[in-house]
Amino acid sequence: MRRRTFLTGAAATAAVAGSGSLLSACGSSAGSGVPRLDFLSLAWQTESVKANKALVAQWNQRHPEVQVRYVQGSWDDVHDQLLTSFEGGAAPDIIHDEGIDLTDFGFGGYLADLTDLLPAGLKSRIPQATWDTARFNGGVYGVPFLQEPRVLIANRTLLVKAGVRLPDDTHPWTWQEFEDICRELSHHGGGSAERYGTAWPMSSPVSVTLNLSLTTGGRILYKDEGSGHTEVRFGTADSAFAEMVRRQVRTDRSAPSSALALGGGDVLPGFFAGRYAMLPLDFSYRQQIQQQAPKNFDWVTLPLPVGTHAPDGGRAQGVSPQTLSVAKSCKHQQAAVEFIDFMTQTPHLVQLAQGDWMPPTGTAALRDPSLTTTKLGWSTGMALASHLTASPALGSRGYPEWSDKIATPALQQYYSGAIGLDSLRGKLVRDGNRVFERYRE
Amino acid sequence: MSATDAAGVTAAPAPPASAGAGRRKARRRAGRAGQYLALLCYVVFLAFPLLWLVSTAFKSPQELGSVHPTWLPKHPTLDNFRTAFDEQPLLHAALNSLMVAGISAVVSVAIAVPAAYVMVRFRSLVSRAGTGWILVSQMFPLVLIIIPLFMVLKNLHLVDSRLGLGLVYVVWTLPFALWMLQGYVKAVPVSLEEAAAIDGCSRARTLRSVVLPLLTPGLVATLMFSFVTAWNEFFFGLVLLKSPEKQTMSVILTHFLGAEGAADLGPLAAASVLATLPSLLFFALLQRRLVGGMMTGAVKG
Repeated sequence: MRRRTFLTGAAATAAVAGSGSLLSACGSSAGSGVPRLDFLSLAWQTESVKANKALVAQWNQRHPEVQVRYVQGSWDDVHDQLLTSFEGGAAPDIIHDEGIDLTDFGFGGYLADLTDLLPAGLKSRIPQATWDTARFNGGVYGVPFLQEPRVLIANRTLLVKAGVRLPDDTHPWTWQEFEDICRELSHHGGGSAERYGTAWPMSSPVSVTLNLSLTTGGRILYKDEGSGHTEVRFGTADSAFAEMVRRQVRTDRSAPSSALALGGGDVLPGFFAGRYAMLPLDFSYRQQIQQQAPKNFDWVTLPLPVGTHAPDGGRAQGVSPQTLSVAKSCKHQQAAVEFIDFMTQTPHLVQLAQGDWMPPTGTAALRDPSLTTTKLGWSTGMALASHLTASPALGSRGYPEWSDKIATPALQQYYSGAIGLDSLRGKLVRDGNRVFERYRE
Repeated sequence: MSATDAAGVTAAPAPPASAGAGRRKARRRAGRAGQYLALLCYVVFLAFPLLWLVSTAFKSPQELGSVHPTWLPKHPTLDNFRTAFDEQPLLHAALNSLMVAGISAVVSVAIAVPAAYVMVRFRSLVSRAGTGWILVSQMFPLVLIIIPLFMVLKNLHLVDSRLGLGLVYVVWTLPFALWMLQGYVKAVPVSLEEAAAIDGCSRARTLRSVVLPLLTPGLVATLMFSFVTAWNEFFFGLVLLKSPEKQTMSVILTHFLGAEGAADLGPLAAASVLATLPSLLFFALLQRRLVGGMMTGAVKG
């Protein structure tokens, strides 16, 4: 979900130096002996920050015996910030992060195993499949509370003009149909007439490729449940999605190669100008689109196309949900879990989901009328929520190294046309498995 | 213009030497114009990000999403500034930054001046080793020192303390400040100090009345360097300060950033413009002191 930075590699060195200080600090006092828990939140959008702050204030008012202090962090740096503060024994007590980041911290012994701490109400509020996203190494290391599917955001005017049938939740396009429509919508007249059916912003090619390979029945990363070891495979079902993207960019030219290096937000100006007819984007980009779209720009949220002959009708997508965890060094773990329980109560989950523009994980929250409305495409994302499954990367030790050193450059080369499928397979599988082997104990 | 013209005598063919001088003058002018043009290009190149930042700060979300960006906002708005102030404690963060950057600038200069003087004037094994260590210390990446540093500060109860962060910045900027100041100290002729000694100045008086005034440009440059380095620094600030009310400006700015490059661009640009102002003001106030040539002609021969 985000860039991993330089401290990742230093973890081993640091672990030696810092192991003695783990169980100190944390859970400082707010004065007059009342315990104070630090809640590191990564909410950044205006509504989301507001919702989080309001909930913390509400908790503090209702629970004078345990006070929570809201501390804002940022997605870009949270891994390094946490690693340093874990090692230094001054970590925040309650940590907002994402599933993929929990693997290293969970195995590293920095996060509390919540298995016996979670109240029954909270356990039953979230479906089992979603709990699986935070379960590894024999424990549960976070409470998944928000999840984000990928959808198609389309320029309705262009689609209607071309006489294209708009898909809905019950009749989504297949990837094959999507390719055909993209070809049809593309127009290479040069100048302002230049138009592409779609654009693939691939600034993080690995997570997109892994998560969407599920739609074609692939996984790429296969974890042995018994041993916990990860193996890379790149068979026909695993590579089908990557092959399609490459076909669109290199053969059909229905997606521009220039967008491959961009992030989701970077392709929006081209989308508003009619240069791209449809964008496969994370569901929360609707917020930015609604804010930045020119007046009278008619856009619509469509379900992501599905693969044929794939499990779950090709609707399954991998996700790395946003999570709330408790630091192992926290002195008041029970109170911290109670706070998480409070934050994830159905009405609060709905508030947080609205603030972040993404579906919640709670079964009842997913049925909330304010989220199932067709307005701003909410219902499309909510319908996809039940098909979301743990990203193949979750719980895989060695994933960050495989992703940074092997998969990212290999996929970038493949998508841009520098290497072929066999070469990509060789790098991902042969070189990749060597990386994962080193993480086997 | 030839000499005969000036005398009002009938025009005569200009002597070849004079025509050559004119051509040289024209060439010089063209050369100077070229230099200014190159300078202008360089200034534009340097100022481009800042100008773009200012322009972005005044644009509406719709303009930011336009595929044809313009230099001047079509519908300038102050909304971004309003949002930035509403969402984040910018003033408070600026005061925090000012405090740590101030500590860093003053303390590192206070240590670097006498240290640089001793290292230049008293050449011994220790000073040579010190100079070598300055170079070596620049080779350590942040990743190697951050966790041990965190632990040292924790033992000193200086984690989550602005004073602690200020001291870290002092240590961080000191090697380069020393290196910079050494160059300035070397440029002060020893003969000036000898002359002062002959006139009966004590060493302290020589330092105060002769060396320090001549070092002013060096002091100012070092002060600026330390201040701006500390003002802009992000990672130490992020890791060492836990309390929201103590966070510095560079840390607060990241609160406008989301995952995978998503950002609240307008308010981020507005807050960034405000964050660059103190550095710009600091430069504007001190740049006159950055004059060179103070020692020109101070020593004969």
